[in-house]
Parts: sequence; structure tokens; C-alpha cells
Amino acid sequence: MNDYEVVIGLETHIQLNTTTKIFCACKADSWFDPPNTNICPVCTGMPGVLPVLNKAAVEKGVVLASAMHAELRPLSFFDRKNYFYPDLPKGYQISQYDQSLAFGGYLDLPVPATNGHPAYIRKVSIHKLHLEEDAGKTKNAGTERLIDFNRCGVPLVEMVTGPDLRSADEAAQYLIRLRQLLRWLGVSEADMEKGHLRCDANVSIRPRGATYLNPKTEIKNVNSIEAVRTAIEKEVERQIREVEAGRRIEAWTLEWDEDAGVLRKMRSKETEADYRYFREPDLLPIRLDEAWKAEILKSLPELPLVRRQRFMDGYGLPEYDADILTSERNLSDYFETAVKAYGGDPKRVSNYLMNDVLRMLNESSQTADQLRLTPAYLAEIIKLADAGTVNTSTAKSLLQKVEESGQAPTEIVTAEGLGKVSDDSAIRAVVLEVLAESTKEVESYKAGKVTLMGWFVGQVMKKMRGKADPTLARTILEELLA
Amino acid sequence: MELCDLPAFELSLLLRQKQISAEEITRACLNRVDQVDGRSGALDSGELTAEDEQKVHAFITVTRERALNQARVVDKKLADGEDPGLLAGIPFTSKDIFCVRGTPSTAASRILANYTAPYTATPVARMEEAGAVMIGKVNLDEFTYGSSNESSAFQPSPRNPWNPAHVPGGSSGGSTSSVAAGEAALSLGTDTAGSIRQPAAFCGVVGVKPTYGRVSRYGLIAFGSSLDCPGPVARNVVDAALMLQTIAGADRRDSTSANKPVPDYLAMLEQPVKGLRVGLSPDYFRIAFPDAETGEYRERPLPTDIEAHVIKAAEVLAGLGAEIVEDVPMPNTRYGIPAYFVISRVEAASNLHRYDGVKYGYRTPQPPADLTQLYRKSRNEGFGLQPKLRILMGMYVSAAQYSAQYYQRALRVRTLIRRDFEQAFDKNGKYKLDVLLTPTTPTTAFKIGAVYGDSVLMQYADQLTVPANHAGIPGISLPGGLNQNRMPVGIQLLGPDFSEDVLLRVGRAYELATETEDWRKIKPMVLR
Repeated sequence: MNDYEVVIGLETHIQLNTTTKIFCACKADSWFDPPNTNICPVCTGMPGVLPVLNKAAVEKGVVLASAMHAELRPLSFFDRKNYFYPDLPKGYQISQYDQSLAFGGYLDLPVPATNGHPAYIRKVSIHKLHLEEDAGKTKNAGTERLIDFNRCGVPLVEMVTGPDLRSADEAAQYLIRLRQLLRWLGVSEADMEKGHLRCDANVSIRPRGATYLNPKTEIKNVNSIEAVRTAIEKEVERQIREVEAGRRIEAWTLEWDEDAGVLRKMRSKETEADYRYFREPDLLPIRLDEAWKAEILKSLPELPLVRRQRFMDGYGLPEYDADILTSERNLSDYFETAVKAYGGDPKRVSNYLMNDVLRMLNESSQTADQLRLTPAYLAEIIKLADAGTVNTSTAKSLLQKVEESGQAPTEIVTAEGLGKVSDDSAIRAVVLEVLAESTKEVESYKAGKVTLMGWFVGQVMKKMRGKADPTLARTILEELLA
Repeated sequence: MELCDLPAFELSLLLRQKQISAEEITRACLNRVDQVDGRSGALDSGELTAEDEQKVHAFITVTRERALNQARVVDKKLADGEDPGLLAGIPFTSKDIFCVRGTPSTAASRILANYTAPYTATPVARMEEAGAVMIGKVNLDEFTYGSSNESSAFQPSPRNPWNPAHVPGGSSGGSTSSVAAGEAALSLGTDTAGSIRQPAAFCGVVGVKPTYGRVSRYGLIAFGSSLDCPGPVARNVVDAALMLQTIAGADRRDSTSANKPVPDYLAMLEQPVKGLRVGLSPDYFRIAFPDAETGEYRERPLPTDIEAHVIKAAEVLAGLGAEIVEDVPMPNTRYGIPAYFVISRVEAASNLHRYDGVKYGYRTPQPPADLTQLYRKSRNEGFGLQPKLRILMGMYVSAAQYSAQYYQRALRVRTLIRRDFEQAFDKNGKYKLDVLLTPTTPTTAFKIGAVYGDSVLMQYADQLTVPANHAGIPGISLPGGLNQNRMPVGIQLLGPDFSEDVLLRVGRAYELATETEDWRKIKPMVLR
């Protein structure tokens, strides 16, 4: 294995989350629709119809291209890619060829440390980035082929990386980061299971140190990040076996069978298909002038990897925290807003988020921006805890109470009398009560089982509904049990 | 004079004065169809009879009941005092290349013979919204691929009303023959290389090819998408202006349609032409064609009767105060057909991809062995000779290894042709033309069977019309007289982008100035 270097390039198709399809007024998403119910003369390629470009698809494409650091063309064109397939109703796909929306670009991929290997950055170049329409779906049912045209005309960005990835893990990392970015930018739902993000992997191997490229195989039909990783690993193993056995790698197209967990050969790829590309005469070129570009990019947010670094540098967060807090854009926005409202140590806010708020989010499958526990309320709760107005456990339960009621934390503290009790006599009275009720435990304690102290403190806290200052309760208990 | 022979603007007047009803007009047209049209074009229609050879055969589908219902709606609106629309009650035909909801929309091809459109093309919809009454859908060359209508899969194909032994021209031959024979006042045609103007010239009617984008292509079954223009066919310039007024204008379903406002063509129609600069170019008085053996260009002068009619028209316009500018060079005219041959076929081959026997249209009745066989058999049995030739040529010249040599080169030629016109029409240039006056066609209508079968020669019938399609500019063909065989001769006016108003104005001036000439009184043979 160590004698070989793995070379991987990924070809991704990204479904843009526009409201309508790219060339007609049908809605773009048909996930819940029965076959052939979300169609019109335009997307089914009836004779005489014409495409009309959806501006929103261009705008989302521009946002994505910018985020990939690609160069935007002020003038780009649509072309026809001609081929026959039953689910391609016009017999050509409207795509972009030599003058696409953008060119170049890269993603600086952080690859985490793994057993012994330190973390590093892999620069992944982008070879192709263009807009196109999706085709329909074909399903084989016995001797019949069923075609669903619902997906025809769904806007896609095709984005192809250079042969820059060096392992199945890197390929998986790339997809994780791409998915994060797409959601962050709000250009795609990026759900691989629903086909919003599709990936074909080009895989080859070469002797370590070589710079040439060997014939590659293309793996299709992989619809989860785990499947991409597994399929590439299996293919690399196969290629090494072949080479070791003195055989040549042929340029096959392979299909990943998810259920069986195996790759199957779909076809040999001796010659490149000739799609006879030419300019789509039914559409005008896309003129992306400076004003429009500026208008679109006005809403381009800080990118996740940039924000991640800033959280580490600016707030002194550990990489682990920064990574999790920037996993989703609104979580990171939430964090920053809370840090500002709080004004103290950002790590303290991070702790509350990572330990408690994230769990609340997971349990309710909400996103951070949907919480009734606003960043300001979170900051207020931390401040209450800092000031000793509530103890830590009250603070944690306040999180849930604010989320359930939507009320401000201070209001809840006042209304429910949750303020921490530091009055010696009040606590002393409860301690005496507890000791009177627990003669057996008192005996055990006095006989030397001092670990029962925690239990006594718990009993006091329970009677005082968590409001007691636990340190004070402990001091009084120790005094009376001595 | 029967109602169906009256021009649209007169019918409109009589209708508004309540002297006639829309239903009467429609019935007059349907009667005329019954008298002169003979059997409509159909698949597998058998041998031609002697009677067939005397008829016009303009139609594929006569939409009789639909038309009468539309007419009654107009009459009701008139009776109720509602505005029935600019073209209320005016009968028209649609070339069967336009989709019209609920009607067979065949493109004159077997592959679409069973296809009923689920929606209506924008220009047809605009005609109907303006109250016009569609009499039926008329024949054409299969998928518009031809200049004679002989290639239609629906036979008998249309014949020239001036002499049924001759072709009506094409591909809008059904349109022009239906209008010439008084089966309708107007017709909606399409022009990709001259397909409105050439048959208009052959049938002695007015045909307008608007600026590319002036009229929406939505619902027009595509041939050469970058060249196709829907446009009016009429018996006079006023009617053509009325129709263009109705169908022109931006359409949100066609992003190549122009957003430019549509001028009031009628208001400007009778303004004087004094001072307008009318050009003549020697490059439009000869035809150039590649020698079939050597590939070298040969030139031939036009027949003298054609040339004489154009010169006479120039004199008429000069008499009205227009300035005639001679010797305007249009050197790239001769490359129009070869460049068209390449560009149109690349687009056509791609546009025909969708007819695969899978979704609609013809599918081979033989059970296919696999998907490829389904495609091959359906397309082989469904397409006629012309689509097949165009697919072969289009596939060849757009193939990766030939594209630069043919397709990309043809696109450059197209730019050169456009430049010829820009220089001629340049307001600061040497010629400063308002219009270029040319013959529409190198010959009058030829006999049925005389040219058909020679696809290359047939194409040269479009030599003088195709440059306007390359350049995207508007053109109009006007009846310019009859030759010694009493066959119509067409004259053509070409102008810069969106100069339809000027073309119509010059055309109208010519029409008025020649109104009393003897040839204007002669009727087509089928009406004599």
C-alpha cells in the first residue's frame, strides 16, 4: 500500500435550492411528489417550447463560485450537450461548455489528525464549475422502463475537482466540507440521500513519487459520504491487486452497489463520447455586470473555514470547539451574538453551547436560529451564574425553562424564587431537618462512611429545590456532623 | 367579389358597421376551401387523381367547428357592444409548424402525425386574443425543410393557385396558397431562409419576415432556432401591417424575443417615401453556386424578366421621390447558402433529437429488441427524406473533429454577411440606405417535380432571402407583377433591425402607386 499514491478527483452535481426549475415555472423540488406530476410542456421538451432562464439559479451559482474562489466570467453561455436517453426529453441537455459561469477556484481542505499523522491542509483545485439542467429518472421494472420527468430542469451546478485528493478519507473530508459550505451559503440542501449532492469519483494509483497520471476508473452511484469512502477504498485495493498481478488498469466506469457493498463494472470507456456541443440558440448569454455581481455578493457570508480560524485566533477557542461551532452557519452566528452579549470569556459561552445548547438542538431537531433561548438570554443566564445569583445547576435548568416558555431568565428566577439561598440560618434549618430524618445515614457517616457527605448535600439541595449555595450547605453539614 | 376575397381591413370595417357577421366571413372562407382546396394533405394518401392536380391542397387540418365557434363569439361580443379585438372576425390559417392547443400539430411529418399540442403558440394565441378566426392548419415542407412543399409527408402537397402544375414555394406554401386562393385573408408562416418571402413571391402575396426576436417563437416547432422567424402572409401591405401589429412584441416565454416596444405600424403606413434612400446591389442580380464537380463558384445572371420587374419597381419608387442608390456592394451574399447549409443543419439535427418514439409522436409498431432499436426504427420510419438528410449533415458538421472546419467557419461567414448590411444601412457610411430593393427569388414558381430531389439546387431558391436570416434583419416580399406565363414575380425590401415600419411604408407606397396596373386585376388560375 505504501508503495502507491492514490489519486482522486471528484465530480459533484449540486442541486440548487431555488423555488422553481431552471428553465420553467415548475417547482424545483419534487421529493414528495408522485412521478410526472411536477412537469410542464417546457421541462418535458414538447415540440416548440423554449427555455427561460431562472435568475435565482444564476445568482446561487455565482455565490457558490465566489465561495470556491473561482473567477466569474462577465459573459457566459449555455450550450447544448446532445445525446439520446429516454429521461432526457429534448435529446440534449442545456449545459455550459467552454464559456461557463466561472473557472478555476479551490478549497483549502483541513484534514484532521489521525493515528500518528498530524493535521494538514490539502489544496483542492476546481477544474470545472458550470450551470446545467438535471435530467429525469429512469427506473427498470421487469421488462419495462419507467420514466419520471419531475426532476427534469432542476438547476444543478456541476463542479469537478482536479486530481488532487490522495485518499478515501480526503475525499470524504472534501464532501463533508462541501456539504457544510453549500448549506452555509444557503444554495443547496446538500442532502446526499435525496440526491441534492451527487458524487462520482475518479480513482487511479501510481508509484509513490511519480507525477504522471495513470488510467482512472470512474465510480458512479454513490449516495452517501460513507459510501464514497468505502467505494474508493475498495477500488484502490482492487487497483493495487491488479497492478501487483501485472495487469493493466482499464478506464472502466464502475457502479457502486450499496446493498452488496461491491463495485460492478458498468462499461468500458474506450472512446470519449462526442456530445457535439454548440451554443444554445434559445437562450441569451448571461451578462454578469459589476452591479449585478455586487448585488449578489453583498449577501456572501464569511466562509466557514475562515470563521473557524477566526474563532480560534480571535476568541482563543480550541480547534475542536471552533470546528463544532462553525459546523452550521446559524450556530456560529448564535455563538458570536451570545459572546457579544455576554462580554466575558468566549470559552465560557462555548462550553454552554457545546454541552447544553447543542443537546437541546439535537433533541428537538431545531437549528440555532429557531431557539426561543436567544443568544441574549443565554448570555443573561451565564451572567446570573457568574454573579452567583443562581448556582450552576439552576443555570442549566434555566436554559430549558427559557426555551419552553420564551420568558426572560431573570423573570423566571424572580417568579419561581430560584435565586441562590446563602442565608446561613435558612440552610441550617433544612440541614437539621435532613439529619433528623436520616438517622441511619448519620450513624453510617459517623462510623466512617464519609462519602455520604455528597448524599447529604443532595438531600439539602432537593429540599430547597436547588436554590441552596452548596458550599455553604456542606460547611454547615460538616459542622453539625462533627 | 365574395367576402373571402376582401382584404382584412375592409372586412373589419364592414363587421364593425354590422353589415356582415364574423360567421358569414368564416362560412365564405370554408366554402372557398370546399370549392378549391380538394382533399387535405394526409399520410399514405395514394395516387394523385386528375382532379387533385387542379386543386390547391393548402390544408392539413380544416378546423371548421372551432372556427365557427370562434366567429360566433366575435359576433356575440359585437352584439353586446364589447370590443372584439383588432382582428375580430378576420379569418387566418396557421402553418402546421405552430402548436395550437387541442389541434393536431404535425410539422407535416409522419413522426408527429398523431401529436395533439397541449398548449398554443404565442403568435397564434395573440391572433386569437385579437379576435381572429383560425380556419385551419396548413401544409408545409416536412419540418419546414424545403422550398416547394413537395417534401410534406401529408400529400397531396399544396399547389400554386396561379397554376396548379407549379409549386407554391415553401416552406410556408400552404400559408401563401391559402391566402392567394382566398381561403383566408391572413396566414401565419415562418421564415428560416426565406420560407415566408419565397412562397409569397411564388403565390403573388405579401410576406413579411420580421427582425429576429420581433415575434415570439414560443410554440413554433423549431428548425434553425437562431434563424426562425414567425411572420405574416397577407394579400396586401395594410393587412400584413395589421397582423404584424397583433403578433409582434416581447414574450416572457421566449427569452430571445425583443423587449423593444412595437411601433404603430398602421399609423405610419401612408407617410410619404420621398427622400428615402433605396439601394440596388449587383450581388442580388446574379446567383452564385458551387459547381457540383469542382466545388468552384460559378455565377449566373438572373432571368431577365425577374430583373426587369425589380428595376421597374425602383423606377416607381423614384417617381415617388425616393432616392435610388445603385451599385451597393453586398459581397458576402454568395456565401449565404453554404453557411446556412451548415448552421441550420446543426441546429436542426439537435432540434430533432426529441423525436425518439419515447414520449409522443410516432413509435415503431414492431417490438424493438432494445432501446437503440426503438430509437432507430421509430426515427427511420417516422422521418422523411429531408429530416434524415439534415440530421446526417448536421451531425457531420458539428462533430468534434469537423466543427471548427464547418460550423465555426459558417458562424464567421454569418458575421460577415451581417457586416455587409451594417455598412449599407450605416447612417454615417457611404450608402446610408433606408432599404435595399432586390428580387425575392431567382426564378418564378417552378413546376412540381422539376427541382425536387436535388436538395442542393432546391436550396438555391433561397439565395436572395437567406442573408436576412443570417443577419437577423427584417424583409418583405411584395407582388411585383406577372411574367409572360402569368406567374407572379416577387420583389423584396430589406432594412436594418426593427425597420418593419419603413419596409411596410415603402411597400404600401409601391402598392398604391401600382394599384391600377393591369396585372393587379388578374386573378389566380384556380379562381378564374
